[in-house]
Amino acid sequence: MDLTLLIAQLLNGLQLGILLFLLASGLTLIFGIMDFVNLAHGSLYMVGAFFCAAITQLTGSFVIGVVLALPATGLVGLAVELIVVRQLYQRDHLDHVLATFGLILVLDTAAHMIWGPDGIVVPLPDWLEGRVEPFEGVVIPVYRLAIISVGLGVAAGLYGIVTKTRLGMRIRAGASNRNMIGALGVDINLLFTLVFAMGAVLAGLAGMMIAPITEASIGMGNSIIIVTFVVIVIGGIGSIKGAFVAALIVGLIDTMGRSYLDDLFKIFMTDQNAETSAPAISAMLIYILMAVILAARPQGLFPPKGR
Amino acid sequence: MAEVLLKVSDLYKSYGGVAATDHINLEILRGEIHAVIGPNGAGKTTLISQLAGEQMPDGGRVEFQGHEITHLPAHTRAMQGLARSFQITSIVHDLRVIDNVALSVQAQIGHSFHFWKPARADIALTEPAMEALRRVGLEDRAAEVSRNLSHGEHRQLEIAMALAANPTLLLLDEPMAGMGTEESARMVEILSSLKGEKTMLLIEHDMDAVFALADRISVLVYGRVIATGTPEEIKGNDEVRKAYLGDEDS
Amino acid sequence: MFDQLTGLGIKGWFTVLTLIALALVPAYASYTDNAFYLDIAMRLIILAMAAVSLNLILGNGGMISFGHAGYLGIGSYAVGIPAYYEFYEGIYQIPLAIGLSALFALITGFICLRTKGVNFIMITMAFTQMIFFAIVSIEEYGGDDGLVIEARSELGGLMDIEDDTTLYFVCFISLLAVIYLVHRMVNSRFGMVIKGAKGNERRMQSLGFNTFKYQLAAYVIAGTICGYAGILLGNFTGFISPEMMDWTRSGELIFMVVLGGTGSLFGPLFGAGAFILLEEYLSPLLDFVLFKGAGTYWQFLFGLILILVVLFVKGGITGLLERLDELRNRRKENLDG
Repeated sequence: MDLTLLIAQLLNGLQLGILLFLLASGLTLIFGIMDFVNLAHGSLYMVGAFFCAAITQLTGSFVIGVVLALPATGLVGLAVELIVVRQLYQRDHLDHVLATFGLILVLDTAAHMIWGPDGIVVPLPDWLEGRVEPFEGVVIPVYRLAIISVGLGVAAGLYGIVTKTRLGMRIRAGASNRNMIGALGVDINLLFTLVFAMGAVLAGLAGMMIAPITEASIGMGNSIIIVTFVVIVIGGIGSIKGAFVAALIVGLIDTMGRSYLDDLFKIFMTDQNAETSAPAISAMLIYILMAVILAARPQGLFPPKGR
Repeated sequence: MAEVLLKVSDLYKSYGGVAATDHINLEILRGEIHAVIGPNGAGKTTLISQLAGEQMPDGGRVEFQGHEITHLPAHTRAMQGLARSFQITSIVHDLRVIDNVALSVQAQIGHSFHFWKPARADIALTEPAMEALRRVGLEDRAAEVSRNLSHGEHRQLEIAMALAANPTLLLLDEPMAGMGTEESARMVEILSSLKGEKTMLLIEHDMDAVFALADRISVLVYGRVIATGTPEEIKGNDEVRKAYLGDEDS
Repeated sequence: MFDQLTGLGIKGWFTVLTLIALALVPAYASYTDNAFYLDIAMRLIILAMAAVSLNLILGNGGMISFGHAGYLGIGSYAVGIPAYYEFYEGIYQIPLAIGLSALFALITGFICLRTKGVNFIMITMAFTQMIFFAIVSIEEYGGDDGLVIEARSELGGLMDIEDDTTLYFVCFISLLAVIYLVHRMVNSRFGMVIKGAKGNERRMQSLGFNTFKYQLAAYVIAGTICGYAGILLGNFTGFISPEMMDWTRSGELIFMVVLGGTGSLFGPLFGAGAFILLEEYLSPLLDFVLFKGAGTYWQFLFGLILILVVLFVKGGITGLLERLDELRNRRKENLDG
C-alpha cells in the first residue's frame, strides 16, 4: 500500500468533501427552511466560477477575483430570489422543479452569451502554486491545502452563526418548523432572501475554488448538483451538521472508491473481471451508499428535530 | 354484561418528558356512545391518534375485539373495523363527494388491483356510498367536487366516509368542530340516529351534544382519565366540575 | 355548426385533428419525398408515450419522478447491447427491455417511495444518474460516445420495422394503445386509489389502503411502459447514448407533462408536441427575428418560456382548451337563455 498515494487520495477526498459541503450547506437550508426545490444551485456555482475567472483575468489577481466575485454571486442570487423564487414559495414542488430547471437554461445560456462556449482558465498566483512536503515522500499541492483550510474555516463560521447568533437560531427554528417562525414574528421574506443569497455565495465560493483546477465552464454545475442532492439526502434535509458529515463521507468514498476499488476487487476476482467491473461500480458507489442509508433511515442521518 | 369492544390499558406517550397520554385506562362497550371530554391540551388528539394507529404509544396496550392492535399501522386497523373521522376535515378535495365515500367502501371490499372497470360506474361502490350519503343528508351533493362544499357539509362528508366503511367502532374527533348552532343540531340528529346501531368513541367540546348523545363519558385532564361514568354521574362529580365544567352551577 | 353535431367541443376537435395529422404524416413524407417530418413525428410519438407513462404517476399520482428518462435508456440499451453482440431478434430484446425496466422500477421504487416530498424527487434523480454513470464507464458499449445499432429488431416475419413507415405505425398504434390503457387504469379502482393517495395520503391510509403497495405498482407500470418506449426509441434512432438518461432529459419529460396539462389524457401528447416544436423552431425563429447567430442561444428563450409557463399558465394546454370550451358553452347559454 503506497502511503504517498493514500495520503494524496485522502486529501483529494477531503477536498471534494469540502466543496460538496459548501454547495450542500446552502442548499439544505433552502430545501429545509423554504421547502423550495432549487435545481439551479449548480448554476450559481458556475456563475461564481465565471465571475471569479473573468475578474481574475481582468485584474491579474486571483484574490481580488474571489473577493469581488463573492458579492457579485450573492447579487445574482438575490436577483433570482426576488424575481423568480419568491413567487413560488406557495406553489408545489413540481412548479419549483420546472421553474428552476428553466432557470438553469437561462443562466447557462447567459454565461454562454457573455463568456462564449469555451471555458475560462483561472491562473493561480505564485504563492498558491507549488507543493509542500510535510513528511518524507508526501507531496501536497499548496492549493489543495488552501481549499481545505478555507472550507473548514467556512464550516466553522457557519457553525458559529447557526449555533451562536439570533439569525442562526431563526434558521434552526425554520428548518424544524417553518410555520412557527412566521408566528414568532420573524420577517419571513427577509429571512428567506437572506438564506437564499447566503446559499448562492457559498455555491459561488465552491465554484471559485475549483475553477483554477478544472476551468470555469458552462454546465459545470449540472453534474455536481446531483452529487450535492445525494449529500443532502444522506445528511438529512435542513441539517447543516448532516450536510457536513455526509459531504465528507461522500467525498471520501467517491475518491477512495475510484482509486482503490479495482485493487479491492482483485482480492476476490480475476484481474480482468476487476478491471472491467470496478469503474462502473465505483461510479455507482455513492448512489449505492445513498440507497443503503435511506433503506435504514429514510429521513437521512441527522434530520432536524420535528421532521 | 355488554361486550368490551375496545380496551385501552395503561396507554402512555410522552414528548420530551411531558406525558401527553399518562397511563390511560378506558373501555368502550359494544353499542354505546362513549364521549371523551376535557379541556384543551388534555391529550384528546394524541389519544385518538394512538387509537387510530397514526402514532405509536410509548407504553401500554390497545385491544380491539379481543385482539391486540397496539402497534398496528392505521390501514390495518381500518380493515379490522375501526373507522375514524378527523377534527380538521381530511378528504380528497379534488375528487367528488361520492368518490370520497366510494373510496371508503372500496377499501373494505378486497384489494384494489383492478385496472380495467371504471370505478364510478361500479354499483358495488356507488350504492353503499349513496346510502352513507343519505344517512348524513348529503345525497344531493354527491356529484359536487368536494372542495366546493361548505364547512358544515365537509363535516357531514367526514361522517359519511366513516360510516361507509361499515365499521365496528367509530372514532369521531370533534365532528362538530367549527359548526354553528343549526348545523350542530343537525349533526346531533345524524349521530342520534346511529345510537345503538354503531359503537362510537366521540371526542367533543360541544357539551349540549355530549350530554344529549353519550351513554357514558370519560373526562380527560392532563393526559389522565379522572372520571368515567354516565352523564348524570359526571355532572355531579366534584373533581370534574372543578377541573373542567367550572365551579358555577350547571 | 359541424361540432355541435358531434358534441366534441374545442378540446375534442383539437385532439382529433392532432391524431389525424399524425396518422397522415407518412403519406405526406412519401408524397414530398422528405423524411424530415416523419422523423420529427416519430420522435414526438415516442416522447409522448414516455410522457403519458410519467403522467400516470406524476399527474395522477403526485409522484414527482425526476428519473423517468432512465427507462428510455434501459429500453434502448436492451436493444442496443444485444445488437452489439449481433442478437437482433425482438424475442430477446423486448422481454429484456420490459423485464429490466420493471425490475429497476421495483427496486428503486421500493426505496424511493418510502421517502416523501423533496427527498423523493432527488432520490429518483440520483438513481437514474447512477445507471447513467454506470453505462458511461463501460467502455465496451461505447461509454460516453454511445453505441450504433446496425439493424432494427427482427420481429420474426410479423412485420419489418426496417421500413420507416412500418416502424412509424408501430409507434403510433402503440401510443394509442398506451393512452387507452392508461385511461382505463386511471378510472379503475386502482386509479382511484392512486388519485386519492395524491390528494390525501393520510386519509387513504386511515380508510384502509396500504398506499405504498399501490404507488409501487403504479411506479412499476409507468417504468415498464417507458421502457417499451425506449425499445422504439433505440430502433428509431439507431444510435444510443447514455445522454438519453441524463437528468435533464427527465426534466424535459416533466415539462411535457406539465405543459400539456397534468393528469389529463392527451395532455402529454400536446406537451410533447409543443416541446418538439420549440426545440426545432425556436432557434431558426431567433435567427430570423433577431439576427443570424441568435439561434445558438435558443435555450435562453426556452428557459424563459418554461418559467413563464410555470408562473402563469394554469393547467397547461389542456386547461387552456377546457377554459375555451367553458367560454363557448357559457356564450351559447347566454344566447339561448
